[in-house]
Amino acid sequence: MSAKETRTRLSPGRDGAAARRGDELRADQMLEMYYYLCLARAVDERMWALQRSGKAAFVISGQGHEGAQVGAVYALDREGDWLVPFYRSVAAVLMKGMPPAEIFLIQLGRDTDPSSGGRQMPGHYGHSRHKILSTSSPVATQLLHAAGIAYAAKLRGTGEVCLTESGEGATSAGDFHEALNFASIHRLPVVFLVENNGYAISVPVAKQMAVPNVSARAAGYGIPGVTVDGSHVIQVYDAARKAVARARTGEGPTLLEVLVPRLTAHSSDDRQEKYRPTDELAHLPERDPVRVFTAELRERGVLTPANEQDLRARVQREVDEGTELAEAAPLPDPATATRYVYFEPDAGP
Amino acid sequence: MADKRFLDAIHDALHEEMARDSTVVVLGEDVGKKGGVFGVTEGLSEAFGEARVIDSPLAESGIVGVAIGMSVNGLRPVAEIQFADFIHAAFDQILSEAARLRYRSKNDFGCPIVIRAPFGGGVHGALYHSQSIEAFYAHIPGMKVVVPATPADAKGLLVAAIRDPDPVLYLEHKKMYRSVRGEVPATEFTVPIGPAVVRRAGRDLSIFAYGLMANEALRAADTLAREGIEAEVVDVRTLRPLDTTTILDSVGRTSRALIVHEDNRFGGFGAEIAATIAEEGFRHLDAPPTRLCGPDVPAVPFSQPIEDWFMLTAEKIAAAARALAAY
Repeated sequence: MSAKETRTRLSPGRDGAAARRGDELRADQMLEMYYYLCLARAVDERMWALQRSGKAAFVISGQGHEGAQVGAVYALDREGDWLVPFYRSVAAVLMKGMPPAEIFLIQLGRDTDPSSGGRQMPGHYGHSRHKILSTSSPVATQLLHAAGIAYAAKLRGTGEVCLTESGEGATSAGDFHEALNFASIHRLPVVFLVENNGYAISVPVAKQMAVPNVSARAAGYGIPGVTVDGSHVIQVYDAARKAVARARTGEGPTLLEVLVPRLTAHSSDDRQEKYRPTDELAHLPERDPVRVFTAELRERGVLTPANEQDLRARVQREVDEGTELAEAAPLPDPATATRYVYFEPDAGP
Repeated sequence: MADKRFLDAIHDALHEEMARDSTVVVLGEDVGKKGGVFGVTEGLSEAFGEARVIDSPLAESGIVGVAIGMSVNGLRPVAEIQFADFIHAAFDQILSEAARLRYRSKNDFGCPIVIRAPFGGGVHGALYHSQSIEAFYAHIPGMKVVVPATPADAKGLLVAAIRDPDPVLYLEHKKMYRSVRGEVPATEFTVPIGPAVVRRAGRDLSIFAYGLMANEALRAADTLAREGIEAEVVDVRTLRPLDTTTILDSVGRTSRALIVHEDNRFGGFGAEIAATIAEEGFRHLDAPPTRLCGPDVPAVPFSQPIEDWFMLTAEKIAAAARALAAY
């Protein structure tokens, strides 16, 4: 098979079922999802503005991934379940309880950044109180941590489910295989969400794998592999709800692939025009989950001119207030940079 | 006190900690019904069940990565790497994840895992069943590295490692499993991670060693004593954090330092001890800090004469000590 023939496809027969299930969602639930979608986008755009104005050194963006993250995380018990994120998880961590101000504290490397106190680059989320595991930069290492968290949940009988996110590039790494293999053997309560945006920085998916879909790899572990259109929030929610229910009832993991557009360059240090076809870039906005979900909710009559205006004003206010708070926060003191290499008895657990 | 083999002391520590604390789990290749390829985990599966004694797939990064996740969610995993030679597949998980979790989250997360790994040569294990790997891992801030030399330390250090809030690499020299015996206290005890111990006092030179080499150094000291050379033997036993006080105090008494390890010399752990002595104990010295190490070939070779050529013994240590004492 040539690289060109390898094409990503959706799992068959899902659209109809998804639409029916979507009808089960109440209007206020759909509006809550929409709020997080818009909030994540607005936070992300502000991250870029901070970088472009010289206040932030670096941005790694989640634009285009938000719909899939909102749909998937909405299927969790957001207080009780675990999230093991990756660097595009802006929407996911907002939904797990981190307010915009905390994202900006991370973005600006502030001392009160709750994920790392300014030690890590932006995009490396973590927050123990919200059950969001601290993230590193090597891809796929976190999938094993998710399996371990899920094993502990099962052994201790906590009833927790663990959702972990990665890109499709991470599925080429050995830890992806080792994690899915271990999780499948022990039927662990974990959902592997792969956000396939078609590129690992510049390398297209056809050079990443010889199968059309990441989800095809599930067959090697005897678990369900599902591919859904990540631009459709409710379709992702539907698939994630099934995966979470399966995890919760002891049936084991699911490999859930969501096809998402990468609306920005890989990071603020990348120019995607160099390697992405002009035509492809021109059509990206059609797959923008904000655009797609806005149209869908207007059509359903859930979104009205009045509540849309209120919601957008609320998002704007929260992003502005969060930015102000973060910009006013202190930078780390170098005298603290030696702290917490090891446990410090006086500092608490 | 009971007379125990090195291997039984490690086993007992695991068994007693698993009985004491239901969050302690063991995972690794063949640790279940088989009881480990060396028999260290013998009987644990029967006593505590398959859910807490996990026969893992044959994948070292997975073993350590899963252990990290377990530790984040309330368990105290003890991961066994079947041979230290195979640990490097987990290097990224150890370096980038386990050792950094606390620092990178500014204390929001910790990583209380133990990684046990049999290391060392002299058992016809050749290139992939004999290596010493401590230098790679002792280099990593955030890791603790211990190497017991006696059954009592094997038990006490392992109990301390399991209860430690940070990741600990616990290296056990496989040649010692059934060849080294010693008294082990019958009651519950720990040996704290950190302090080195003076195993034998002496005035003429200090020998710094750990694991099997600490035992060989003691034998060498017996030989040397019959010749009128009194060697002090310091069992370093924790490589990180390193007890520089005990090391420098010893050099203060003897003015001569011989550092012995089986691992290769170049960039080996002995260089750290030698540099510490040179930088902080220079005024005490009557001779250059001296290293006796495994030769700088890529690994321990197999056939008897070439394995013997590689391995350090009490005789080789005694010879190096004589030269240093005469400097």
